Amino acid sequence: MTTFDPYAQPRETTEGTVYSVTGGDWDSIAEEIGAKKEERIVVNMGPQHPSTHGVLRLILELEGETITELRCGIGYLHTGIEKNLEFRNWTQGTTFVTRMDYLSPLFNETAYCLAVEKLLGIEAPERAQVIRVMMMEFNRISSHMVALGTGALELGAMSPMFYAFREREKVLNVFEMISGLRMNMAYIRPGGVQQDLPAGTIPQLRELIKDLRKNFKDNATLLIGNSIWIKRTSGIGYLDLAGCTTLGVTGPVLRATGLPWDLRKAQPYSGYEDYEFDVITADTCDVYGRFLIRMNELEQSLRIIEQCLNKLDKLNGAPVMVEDKKIAWPAQLSVGADGLGNSLEHIRQIMGTSMESLIHHFKLVTEGFRVPAGQSYAAVESPRGELGCHAVSDGGTRPYRVHFREPSFNNLQATSAMCEGSMVADVVGAVASIDPVMGGVDR
Amino acid sequence: MSDQHGMFGASGTGDTSGYGGLVRTVVSPGSSERPYGSYFDEVADDLERAYPEFNDAIEKVIVDRGELTLFVKREKLFDVAKILRDKLLFEMCMGVNGVHYPEDIGRELHAVYPLLSLTNNRRIRLEVAVSVDDPHIPSLVEIWAGNNWHERETYDMFGIIFDGHPALTRILMPDDWNGFPQRKDYPLSGIPVEYKGATTPPPSDRRSYR
Repeated sequence: MTTFDPYAQPRETTEGTVYSVTGGDWDSIAEEIGAKKEERIVVNMGPQHPSTHGVLRLILELEGETITELRCGIGYLHTGIEKNLEFRNWTQGTTFVTRMDYLSPLFNETAYCLAVEKLLGIEAPERAQVIRVMMMEFNRISSHMVALGTGALELGAMSPMFYAFREREKVLNVFEMISGLRMNMAYIRPGGVQQDLPAGTIPQLRELIKDLRKNFKDNATLLIGNSIWIKRTSGIGYLDLAGCTTLGVTGPVLRATGLPWDLRKAQPYSGYEDYEFDVITADTCDVYGRFLIRMNELEQSLRIIEQCLNKLDKLNGAPVMVEDKKIAWPAQLSVGADGLGNSLEHIRQIMGTSMESLIHHFKLVTEGFRVPAGQSYAAVESPRGELGCHAVSDGGTRPYRVHFREPSFNNLQATSAMCEGSMVADVVGAVASIDPVMGGVDR
Repeated sequence: MSDQHGMFGASGTGDTSGYGGLVRTVVSPGSSERPYGSYFDEVADDLERAYPEFNDAIEKVIVDRGELTLFVKREKLFDVAKILRDKLLFEMCMGVNGVHYPEDIGRELHAVYPLLSLTNNRRIRLEVAVSVDDPHIPSLVEIWAGNNWHERETYDMFGIIFDGHPALTRILMPDDWNGFPQRKDYPLSGIPVEYKGATTPPPSDRRSYR
């Protein structure tokens, strides 16, 4: 029996009959459509659909259950971050870019800071670089955890989600301990990092690594070799090397074609050349291969973090911000009575002893530093692929133009190539294997 | 690139610094002479060999901050890009980005293409400049299919028209949007916020220092 819904009545348009499905019983609509002669149906999936990773809209053209054409509709989360950057100084920029791809904020910040540092012609001190690498690898773990957990959930596997988010929570606690925030930290700044690690961090992190390593196995045993999982993922969302290069696809999707392309190895930045780790590949070009790559990259991230901790032990007390006082904000912060980070020594100096220091601090914070005119491009290997930042300066205190080459934005184009000709049910798996984050796609 | 007046970059208020007459001209990095250093000479040589019209097509070469930029005439962009992909093995194009330089009269809109060679592990950058009255650039979607969305985004934000693009429509902004938000003459907009009697103007109207 069809219940009467005044807002969801079929309407006739020049394109054919349009049905609105608002949940509930599909049988009556399926029956009505089945009675029609036409085979071709256009289905609108999203932008408010739980399996589309946020506000992605997919427009599917179907014949029976086979997809003949697929198009993506994006832009629902466009917030004009790139435009906003042009009205804030260079340091404030990190607060904006961290909000683009909200699952990998530290990668956004690093790409931006590397581009700014290239324009300035400076390099962050060694301890800051090691902290950056460590934070990025923790971030890679938390991001992959979401990819694996939600990816499994969308294909109908509930438990991996619980285990994945349990581990992600622990990593977010690390971020909170170090930067004060679980997401959108604006922790990495041009010239170094916002502040040094709090006392007692390193032993705690060593304990955590043991814990994570043990727990990663839970998810691995749930999914690797699981016959239902393999049936839902193997051979699905096929994209080979030629497809990847012409579409500019990078990250796990590219590595699933067997090409060991990882910017951390190929074009090292932030001292990645000093770490030992393997580039994980698969040769299946499908969703299962991409899943295996993410799974195995977790262990590689842990390896890198362990090496970071050893380095940090040796670099205890070294600066985490460049020496140049024309660029560096005070980075030796401690939590004040108001709960905010302050550098008491710095405040004592500017308020108590030196008028010039006060003026300098005021100018640095309100107007910021000047960046010599020119342009630069810096790329990092984010969990989703090459995250590039193209920064242009006109010699002023604000960015003239900053553009992000977002891996999610680029890789999402591959959905059509992966899905056309396959079944409707496989779209969800293919999109999940790209792991798009709409905050990054739309910026 | 532009002129900066005064000492402290303040604008919109009276200059009390005594340095109001000071004028500093900001110039972007100029074109470079050989040798370019690093692998850049090799790339330029290879391109010259593979593309006889090199001198005609390349307006200038800039090596700055360890990066190579080739300024290409827009009529030749498609040919240069095709040769870079087929002969010099730049298999990937990392998209296209627009930059609006309103002071660069006749060449206001720049399109910047970062290229990546997986085989040789190299990066270069192509740049094309067109005027705001005639913002046409040939589309490279035929060469790198992945440029499809990037070109749509650049059209959406800057109004650069990529000729030959299969479906050049807005991508991030709504379809019926007017104007091109990333151009410099497009305001950031925003509304003043009042809190406890004090009003904070929107970011674009606040006092700023350049």
